Amino acid sequence: MDSNDNSNGTRHTVRRLDRNGLDALTAALQADGRMVIGPRVRDGAIVYDPLDGAGDLPWGLIDEQDGGRYRLVPGPDNAAFAHVVGPQSWKKYLYPARQTLWRGRRDGPRFSVEVPAEPTPRTAFIGVRACELAAMAVQDRVFGVRAHSGQSVGQQQYTDTGYAARRAAAFIVAVNCSRAGGTCFCASMGTGPKAESGYDIVLTELSDGGESVFVAEGGSEAGWALLDRLDAVPAGDGDIRAAERVVDATRAHMGRAMVPGVNRLLAENLEHPQWDAVASRCLSCANCTMVCPTCFCTTVEDTTDLTGEHVERWRRWDSCFTVDFSYIHGGSIRQGGASRYRQWMTHKLSHWHDQFGTSGCTGCGRCITWCPVGIDITEEARAIHDDCHRTDDAGTGRGG
Amino acid sequence: MAAVQTKPRRRPKLAVWKFSSCDGCQLSLLDCEDELLAVAEAVEIAYFLEATRAEIAGPYDVSLVEGSIGTLHDAERIKMIRKQSKVLITIGACATAGGIQALRNFRDVDGFIRAVYARPDFIDTLATSTAIQDHVKVDFELRGCPINKEQLLEVLNAFLNHRRPVVPPMSQCIECKMHGTVCVMVAHGTPCLGPVTQAGCGNLCPGHDRGCYGCFGPKETPNVAALTKQFAALGWTDAAIANALRSFNANAEPFRAEAQHRETPSQRVPS
Repeated sequence: MDSNDNSNGTRHTVRRLDRNGLDALTAALQADGRMVIGPRVRDGAIVYDPLDGAGDLPWGLIDEQDGGRYRLVPGPDNAAFAHVVGPQSWKKYLYPARQTLWRGRRDGPRFSVEVPAEPTPRTAFIGVRACELAAMAVQDRVFGVRAHSGQSVGQQQYTDTGYAARRAAAFIVAVNCSRAGGTCFCASMGTGPKAESGYDIVLTELSDGGESVFVAEGGSEAGWALLDRLDAVPAGDGDIRAAERVVDATRAHMGRAMVPGVNRLLAENLEHPQWDAVASRCLSCANCTMVCPTCFCTTVEDTTDLTGEHVERWRRWDSCFTVDFSYIHGGSIRQGGASRYRQWMTHKLSHWHDQFGTSGCTGCGRCITWCPVGIDITEEARAIHDDCHRTDDAGTGRGG
Repeated sequence: MAAVQTKPRRRPKLAVWKFSSCDGCQLSLLDCEDELLAVAEAVEIAYFLEATRAEIAGPYDVSLVEGSIGTLHDAERIKMIRKQSKVLITIGACATAGGIQALRNFRDVDGFIRAVYARPDFIDTLATSTAIQDHVKVDFELRGCPINKEQLLEVLNAFLNHRRPVVPPMSQCIECKMHGTVCVMVAHGTPCLGPVTQAGCGNLCPGHDRGCYGCFGPKETPNVAALTKQFAALGWTDAAIANALRSFNANAEPFRAEAQHRETPSQRVPS
């Protein structure tokens, strides 16, 4: 995965692409039989939809983001990637909202079961951010898939085969963020804004008022090979230094920050009054979990036709904010909003570590922006943190 | 031992009843064009005046009930229907919440009657329009104004096959996100009842750049006060908020209570 350091003896050249070069990149991926998917404007937001070419990118637009608020506005440059992340994440493609698990059919006195075997589409994701690469790495652990290598995906004992196949079929063109959004906090989660690994190609956009150019590096053999085919000029030392400055500037302008030590802080404050305070504002609408790039919870639904001869079992996105989600024999164990919000936030930031060895939060800020009432996960953590520090000073700490 | 039933089962008798309503929900059954023959094969349509004049006497295996209870006659008739029905399913906002006609619950009905009718003495109505479940036991409530025909088929399917209907009481937001619909409230600043409304319509309004009107009624555990506080922050007045909550599901308790608070803000407990 670390092939961009040339340590394996091959010689690779960092390239400099202009807008036509970016178009050539998408065209080469399409020629390779891939559906190219990337950011484009739809219904007042930047979503991840199929692209015909680089012309479909949201040139010149930035997204103003705050708790419960998102607006597209013209940016200072005619840049393709000056926006940050929108309401959708790549889980839309890697872990679709609805999947058929199997179909059954009555067959005389017996029944037969068939698992649908649709071919996995070959895709290329353009504009994947560092926080999103981190989110894919989180979901890889959840679904039992070895980290993305650009070539193959290994299987573990409980691998989700559909996810693994879609992950293996995706070519990833990452983008280093040239701007931090109002709800971004990747720097405090250690996941960005620079894409460190998990991509085939990474672009850094340089757009000093004029036409953008893109410093392009490979992250896999497939990525380097594609760059070599593009016939683009090598990037100069000045370009490479400018690219580093872009990422440094972004890191310095994060809209939000997560308080340090949040894992232990939450684990030690499961009965903090802040859970009731947030529950009075929380709608239990589940938007935060739907937009979260790592939330993976689903439910299964069984359907029959009128004759009862055919049945299907579906898996669809569900959320720890629904009452049914924690339904066990006798009833739901998380009746109140406080227990549901606490489940989500403590899982994401605290016991995810125990379960999967990392945080479940990548600092993308989607849950803050797309909460209809603007509940801010960093503020909720800070409220508990500050309260503990105040009471610590008074010698009656709740811990954390 | 016959492990798997192979003989065709007796066709269950289906009845469709109407109370105070516009008929749109029961027409959803006729709107199941592609599936209608399958429905007619799966059940014996014993009483369905929108479809056939033939009437087969009860008892009925499944009764679909549309409309609200608005008169004393309605209140008596629904008890008779309940007695004749093994399973009683209410369909639509009128039957599940009292419908748009429940707006009268919050005003002086006698005043309306005097204002509207040339001969008020001809009018015999209750002061309220109420849901069927306020009068008899209901086995399942299918929400919507109108109901979604796919959900209607799912409910019929589930009862015919002795399983739980897949009609989750979750928020409209989940349906929007699963469809990839951009949130109109966050991205456009359009007040939307989706976060407190039950999913099921197929995200019709947010999918067309409109806020949700709440046609499917309150979702499970709705926090209407928290949402309307955000509506106020987006510039809506108390009167506008009360109006938004007072539509097809005006008499559903969470919507009714918040509309009443907004209409008389002085009674509101500070939060």
